[in-house]
Amino acid sequence: MSAATSGFETGAGGSRARRLAGSLLSTGTIFLVLFVLLAWIAVLNPNFLEPGPFLAYLKRAAPLVILAIGSYFVIVSGGFDLSVGSIVTVVVVVAARLIDDEPSRTWPVVALLLGIGAGVGLVNGLVSTVLRVPSFITTLGMLLILEGAVFLWTDGAPRGALSEEFRSIGRQGIEGIPLIDELPWSVLVLLALGAAAVVLMRADYGRRLMATGDNDRAARLSGVQVDRVRVIAFVLSGTCAAIAGILLGGFAGVSAQVGSGLEFEAITAVVLGGVVLGGGRGSVVAAMAGALTLEALFTWLNLQGISGALEDTVQGVIIIAAVAFASYRLRGTR
Amino acid sequence: MTVADPPGGETAAAPPPRERPRRTAGWRRGLLASPAAPVYGALIIVIVLAYIVVAIDGDDLLSGSNVTNILQRTVALGIVSAGQTVVILLGSLDLSVAQLISLSSLLGAETMDGSDANVVPAIALVLAVGAGIGLLNGLVITKLRVNAFIATLGMALILKGVIDNNWDGPGGAVPDSWQSFGYTRFSWLPLSFFLLAGVVAAIWLLLRYTRFGYRVYAVGGDEEISKLSGLRTHRTIIAAHVICSLAAAITGLFLASRLAAGSPTVGTDGGYDLESIAAVVLGGTALTGGRGGVLGTLGGVFILAVLDNVFNQLEVDSFLKDVLRGVIIIAAVALYARRSGKPA
Repeated sequence: MSAATSGFETGAGGSRARRLAGSLLSTGTIFLVLFVLLAWIAVLNPNFLEPGPFLAYLKRAAPLVILAIGSYFVIVSGGFDLSVGSIVTVVVVVAARLIDDEPSRTWPVVALLLGIGAGVGLVNGLVSTVLRVPSFITTLGMLLILEGAVFLWTDGAPRGALSEEFRSIGRQGIEGIPLIDELPWSVLVLLALGAAAVVLMRADYGRRLMATGDNDRAARLSGVQVDRVRVIAFVLSGTCAAIAGILLGGFAGVSAQVGSGLEFEAITAVVLGGVVLGGGRGSVVAAMAGALTLEALFTWLNLQGISGALEDTVQGVIIIAAVAFASYRLRGTR
Repeated sequence: MTVADPPGGETAAAPPPRERPRRTAGWRRGLLASPAAPVYGALIIVIVLAYIVVAIDGDDLLSGSNVTNILQRTVALGIVSAGQTVVILLGSLDLSVAQLISLSSLLGAETMDGSDANVVPAIALVLAVGAGIGLLNGLVITKLRVNAFIATLGMALILKGVIDNNWDGPGGAVPDSWQSFGYTRFSWLPLSFFLLAGVVAAIWLLLRYTRFGYRVYAVGGDEEISKLSGLRTHRTIIAAHVICSLAAAITGLFLASRLAAGSPTVGTDGGYDLESIAAVVLGGTALTGGRGGVLGTLGGVFILAVLDNVFNQLEVDSFLKDVLRGVIIIAAVALYARRSGKPA
């Protein structure tokens, strides 16, 4: 929709276009940062922007971007989800034990894993709303529960093996496509989820979610079922974490540490995208761009050959600097 | 103050004067009305239940040596959590404490280097580093306007890189005099418990009887309104972060005394970042700031320590222990939320 046509519409349409323009202006910084980083990487490694390597980068980034989409819903509703990293661990460990190298079990297990993700999200949501426990504590407790439970079940270490079929979701793609050779499944999943998230945020639910995060009292008084909106946000986050876990299991393999720290990376990615912790502000596209930026940052650090240990330090400095830069731009629009 | 306002002072100026007296009155109403009261109620229930469970197992929860164990466990977590309380009260939080504890233990032990003469310089150095890191956290949050969650998470990454770059394993050595500080006890009362009591008392006095304390509650209640009523909110936030980091540095020194050396993972192994936040919330302080206090936090720490002790006595599987801890933390906070009628 162009600005000219929307100008003639009355009420909701016009203000929506204006709101879109406003949100693009305020969150545009992250796209600039992403562009500069990608260009810099391309200078360091000229074939980075060729289809093959670039798709490989997207494939690497897919789990984090999907986690960021899920975390975006929870953060914009005014909460935190610290349990997503442990959901990833649970998904990978459970998949390995249940499939145990038996291809026929792949799809039932995938369905079960999605169910686990959604179920954990549902519990997180219900405890945070009905029992009124702050989501930071709910999901922190959930993190302890999930990691304890899954290793209690497997006696301390991951057991079993993933089937080839399961691994192919995170690893392989559609072969024989001209120009790009292979289109990874994970990139397809990423695009589908990204599109779905944008549509969802444009739909009724998205507006209710935004209103809830901005001011839940006002939202409740204007007829939004605040609790239901929040529970759905947690369910979406849990499901996204399960999907990310399925992709990571194929991509990175089975280990006890596969999900550790991912919750912080996801939140960092979302905040990098200019989404405000506390809720009510920011766009899901920018959150995805934040995740892509974070992954590009890891790639850049690799190419710079910064030694393993100091990598964390550089990463910390850059994250603070990037968020400071983003909030500097936001100052005017607040 | 309102009298001096020029006529036609906008309606926007009206809310702050009304807001402030209500909040200060709320936390000064006395011990029973304080958010700490249900925490100690919960603590008593936990102790009674734990005593019964342990007694059924054929042991005594409140035997002298076991009480020493419980008190010993509360010291480290208690000191960090007391500092964490101050920043959470003003609506911030600090995720960098775990790495700072590791760094402090290493710096302290390296500087002491097994010699008594170096103990005082080592303590001074570690406290200075702690204060510097708190200052940096505060400056990044206020002047660069970075959300506290991200600012301190970034600081944690920075410190982790520094630690990994300089130390591969345990480093330094602690002289016997400093080590005895961690192990001396008077019958069942460990000497180090006085350190915890001192830190908690200092922070309690600071919060309750100084201007800084008022300001912490005011900023935590509503930063915007505090600013509009003429408070220098940035100074308050920076000072609170310095206090929090100092507490973490002291914890690092204490753990160095217990371990007889510095360790690059002592902070993260103990999970002091998230655990201290859990203890503060368990102690009835609101994560959004403005309500709560350090005495409640002490109760929260005791609850966690008693639970830990019971699990150890019953030899509960370490993974099951995590599950139970998660359930209990959520259940306890849910109970407070029910009681207070407001989201905790």
